[in-house]
Amino acid sequence: MAGSNDALPVRKGFLLWLNNRLPVDAFMRDQLTGYYAPKNFNFWYFFGVLSLVALVLQLVTGIFLTMHYKVGEATAFDSVEYIMREVPYGWLLRYAHSTGASAFFIVVYLHMFRAFLYGSYKAPRELLWLFGMAVYMALMAEAFMGYVLPWGNMSYWGAQVIVNLFGTIPVIGPGLVDWIRGDYGIADATLNRFFSLHVVAVPLVLLLLVALHLVALRHNGSNNPDGVEIKANKGPDGKPVDGIPFHPYYTVKDTVGLGVFLMLFAVVLFFVPTFGGLFLEAPNFEPAQPLKTPPHIAPVWYFTPFYAILRAVPDQQMGALLMALSLIGFFLLPWLDRSPVKSTRYRPLTWKIALTVFTISFVALGYLGLKPAEGSYVLAARIFTGLYFAFFVLMPFYTRGESTSRVPARVTFHHD
Amino acid sequence: MQNRWVRIAFTLAASFALGTGVAAAAEEGGHGGGAQEVHWESWQAGNEVTNTASLQRGATNFVNYCLSCHSMKYMRYSRMASDLGISEQQLRENLIATDAKPTDYMLASFPEAEAVAWFGKVPPDLSLVARYRGTDWVYQFLKGFYVDKTRPTGTNNLALEGAAMPAVLSDLEGVKAAVLGVGVSAHGGKRVERFETVAAGRMTPEEFDGFVRDTVNFLDYAGDPSQAQRRSIGIWVLLFLMVFTVFAWMLKKEYWKDVH
Repeated sequence: MAGSNDALPVRKGFLLWLNNRLPVDAFMRDQLTGYYAPKNFNFWYFFGVLSLVALVLQLVTGIFLTMHYKVGEATAFDSVEYIMREVPYGWLLRYAHSTGASAFFIVVYLHMFRAFLYGSYKAPRELLWLFGMAVYMALMAEAFMGYVLPWGNMSYWGAQVIVNLFGTIPVIGPGLVDWIRGDYGIADATLNRFFSLHVVAVPLVLLLLVALHLVALRHNGSNNPDGVEIKANKGPDGKPVDGIPFHPYYTVKDTVGLGVFLMLFAVVLFFVPTFGGLFLEAPNFEPAQPLKTPPHIAPVWYFTPFYAILRAVPDQQMGALLMALSLIGFFLLPWLDRSPVKSTRYRPLTWKIALTVFTISFVALGYLGLKPAEGSYVLAARIFTGLYFAFFVLMPFYTRGESTSRVPARVTFHHD
Repeated sequence: MQNRWVRIAFTLAASFALGTGVAAAAEEGGHGGGAQEVHWESWQAGNEVTNTASLQRGATNFVNYCLSCHSMKYMRYSRMASDLGISEQQLRENLIATDAKPTDYMLASFPEAEAVAWFGKVPPDLSLVARYRGTDWVYQFLKGFYVDKTRPTGTNNLALEGAAMPAVLSDLEGVKAAVLGVGVSAHGGKRVERFETVAAGRMTPEEFDGFVRDTVNFLDYAGDPSQAQRRSIGIWVLLFLMVFTVFAWMLKKEYWKDVH
């Protein structure tokens, strides 16, 4: 590992005793002060650390919410209002957690887009990408089950729609749905198990996957906007010439990013916590009513691209299959992209157009997923679903033998 | 307690009678073919939850006109009083009409079984109505009653077709008939050509509008009582974060000077 042959500080007394038993200094050197990161990180490289910030924020606010939340179909909704009104600063905890869920997805989506931009999923980082995708899957499960817990009317009907998707699986589907719900409908048993999964099981899985993601990252080091491997170009001291120690350089830089992130976060939390119904939907302030379907069921914004794909086909089974396939494209990305070059900067117009069309399609599907499935919305959803899949399916063809421009030997860096 | 019952019964009876009685009169008014349209779906509550005087008036309106039938089960009288700058004496004398204690939740005095007999359903709890319906909707609803003799209450509502609730504010607003147009409005609701006054109320239209806005404002507050506190804390949090970010940025500049 780069820099791991740097001398460790000379310790006496307690710190010597400690380091003889726990390699604190060696760990700090290997992971922070002696870990070299490319010096040309730009705006897009803030979102990894911000994802970690969002995770910690959700864990901490979640722990305190769990102290006051009362699981159960007769108590859940009331206990959330109790938190909002009677727990000192309960509204702060609840809004931080609900805003945090959306913020988590925003930074994760931007983090993923960065990987598309600079080819961060390519060799030797395929496993890093797969662990990241696994984190994303776990995050979606976590968010979905968390959304059910307030037991509002949209919680109830959203759960109904999502859980029923498993019923479209041939043969085992119907039995599987009963097994997931623990009842013949979304009910008390469902709420209880979702609570257990939301506060214990999935967070444990998330932490494990994040740890694996970080270990894989540190093993090969970060990619960068030029897609140049900085380890291929080391100075006489054995350190990458285009690298700088993660600490203090990126810790201070990330602190600036953290400040900006927290400002935006605070604006939402303190002034527009429902974010116009996007982060907290209005029908969810009405308790779950199994006999009263909301006029228009829409999931929270971070699921809507996939929801739009689900509804783009008239057949529910086909829609569910298409939705599953839409996620598989992400997993296969390192092998679908045949270009020898990582960064979009040095890739041809065909790739740039493909990536732009895909990005527009994803955002457009997200918008369409919020709208009722009728008229021109359905047609638009079909067109964008087609473009979404074309991006992945045709990728081996339009990326093979790309006429790339020359990748520089060193990273490009301009002092600002 | 006795007083309250008399008032509830009187209000209900009066609004039913007024509604059904004038419905017939309204029918005779005939339909004018005016091209103008009342864009009631664009009516906005325009309320401001930091306006304490408005909230105090709204609380009084709510207690006098809504709380008889509608509960606000997540709100304690004492919480409302402290948020709205109402003393305990004022609370006891003017706002608690039942034998409730200040720390009790604000519950309707009308028994649910009675309510079902009168209206066919239990009047919904109003703690969160401004959140799930929206303040504009509540405003449109409170101003949307019009004469409709086909309804058992004698009135119908523009925002909620077939509303079970009678026009309990008609002694203030008066009774109005709506001249309905053909087809639906741009928003898909009822097309209203114009309103016609059937019976005047105790308030002028301006006074009644203020009454409704104050009431909506109070419901908005009640849906999320920490709103005002949240905003005032938010300003300080943002100021702190701005200073923090500026210093972090200066620190970053200093460290990165030697990166070439």
